[in-house]
Amino acid sequence: MRVFVEGVGLLGPGLQGWEAARRVLAGEEPFRPASTLIVASDLLPAAERRRTPVPVKLALAVGQEAFQNAGRDAAATATVFTSSSGEGETLHHMCEALASTEREVSPTRFHNSVHNAAAGYWGIATRSREASTSLCAYDASFTAGLIEAMTQVVSWRKPVALIAYDQPYPEPLHSARPLLASFGAAFVLTPEATGRTSATFELEFLPGEEKPARMSDSALEELRLGVPAARALPLLEALARETQGNVVLDFLTETLRIAVIPC
Amino acid sequence: MHRALREKRSGLTPCDFETARIDTYAGKVPALDDLRVRRDLLDYDCRNNRLAQLCLEQDGFAGQVAAARDRHGAGRIGFYLGTSTSGLHATELAYRRRDPKTGALPADYRYAETQNAYSLGEFVRRYLGLTGPGFVVSSACSSTAKAFGNAARMITAGICDAAVVGGADSLCLMTLYGFHSLGLTSRGPCRPFDADRDGISIGEGAGFALIEKADRAESGAILLLGVGESSDAYHMSTPHPEGLGARIAMQQALDSAGLQPADIDYINLHGTATKTNDASEDKAVFEIFGPETPCSSTKGATGHLLGAAGITEAIVSILAIEHGLMPGSANTRSVDPALKSNYLLDSRNEEVTHVLTNSFGFGGSNCSLVLGVAQ
Repeated sequence: MRVFVEGVGLLGPGLQGWEAARRVLAGEEPFRPASTLIVASDLLPAAERRRTPVPVKLALAVGQEAFQNAGRDAAATATVFTSSSGEGETLHHMCEALASTEREVSPTRFHNSVHNAAAGYWGIATRSREASTSLCAYDASFTAGLIEAMTQVVSWRKPVALIAYDQPYPEPLHSARPLLASFGAAFVLTPEATGRTSATFELEFLPGEEKPARMSDSALEELRLGVPAARALPLLEALARETQGNVVLDFLTETLRIAVIPC
Repeated sequence: MHRALREKRSGLTPCDFETARIDTYAGKVPALDDLRVRRDLLDYDCRNNRLAQLCLEQDGFAGQVAAARDRHGAGRIGFYLGTSTSGLHATELAYRRRDPKTGALPADYRYAETQNAYSLGEFVRRYLGLTGPGFVVSSACSSTAKAFGNAARMITAGICDAAVVGGADSLCLMTLYGFHSLGLTSRGPCRPFDADRDGISIGEGAGFALIEKADRAESGAILLLGVGESSDAYHMSTPHPEGLGARIAMQQALDSAGLQPADIDYINLHGTATKTNDASEDKAVFEIFGPETPCSSTKGATGHLLGAAGITEAIVSILAIEHGLMPGSANTRSVDPALKSNYLLDSRNEEVTHVLTNSFGFGGSNCSLVLGVAQ
């Protein structure tokens, strides 16, 4: 399966947007971890903006950057959202309320608690009525999303955006499922080359076990292992370096190889 | 199940789930309270995975998957499953047992195996001994309808030769209290399309299907002919008032099946029995199909199974084809005169060749499937 990469969005600790982060990932600048700065998307009306939980803001921010870099209309593009953690803060507040004697739950929190909250707000923000799905495969969530997005591009012969994101949980959930940082990555993928294409991805399942690609920088490697969405880092690094290479990704009991070929 | 549908039997009873104190009806599977999951998978023990296991053991399904595993190899069978709330009830219970000093969750709380949306996927994968590619779709009440689309695309792309689709959604306090807070829970058993409908009855349920390539389908085999997926782009918990997203999903499903509206013999509606869902879905159905095509919701019988609504209503659609049954609407007394589609109060026995089934969810996530039969 082959798709074309038209736009990328990225937010992570010390990785503040794709344009700034690509120099770090290309090895031109050192990686300096810092808190991920998440700004609420200006795509949403003010009332909705206030109500959106942080994971939704994160997903919208990287999605919006990827579409800006692609120069493509989000309203006409299908989306694949993938997240291991979903809506942790909302889950925490709901479970706290349900453990109390009053059990007063907020209707807004309830509709914000669904795993596809980001996809719902994305539709409202971009006016996209195209297909959208929301996936989870625990630590393999990024790879699951990538396979699904590439399969959609190939099946429908239409562009598809992949938006992967994870936001750490508040305590006490954090101790049960520690995530290292906020991390989001988005890719606009197309079936044919366009004026903005930067590379192609070619996907192949590998027989037997191969070791997944690691980051050479130890702090970036810690990030890759510490957040499911950050399993995208080796692929982002290959794009940033603009050199041909193979990226091996874990996927449940299998591994797969993405050949990254700059255009 | 087809007899219960034909006779319009309802499984809805006054809600007595756990400690919930809400004046509503629910569809509870009582066997789950005392069930434990298979010994080697005890880490995954929670209400949702118990429900999944109970369902996998019905109708010889696990045996059919084992036979498919022998045919294709375990690595060539994918799994595309859906759930809305996964094992959330385990987290609700853990939050009642937090350490009074530190606030920590109890040491026996298992996040990955219960709460995480993928818990169901890993449980089912292990239970069935599959090693192919898969994941969990969690797009609220459209989840297990959309899983059919995932499986069909993966098989067509050659990523797997067969796939298990379906999923489970079990009762929990979050959905009962959450829908109640939105004013969407019915006081009695829900009454889809009724003039006096007042909301949903939440149910729990599961369903699974094994999908293989259609090129070797024998006569009488059920075919997935079309899938349509769309977004409302309107509101997180209220459907588009004109049913715009629903219309797009239904039209796409028809187009991908290569069928005209008149080719559809029966529509299994989403029909949740809220004022807004039934009104907007009716507009969308009437716009495409007009006043003739028979349609009904089976949620008066099952309740709203949330993430499992898609698979269970796909199975209702399969039963409609296999038994020539258009199920009437349990609990509905008189159809709302403001709704214009041909809504079935009573069951009909007629040949059914093509069925369209709708599943819509929070976040404006819509999915329609068209099912048919191999000649």
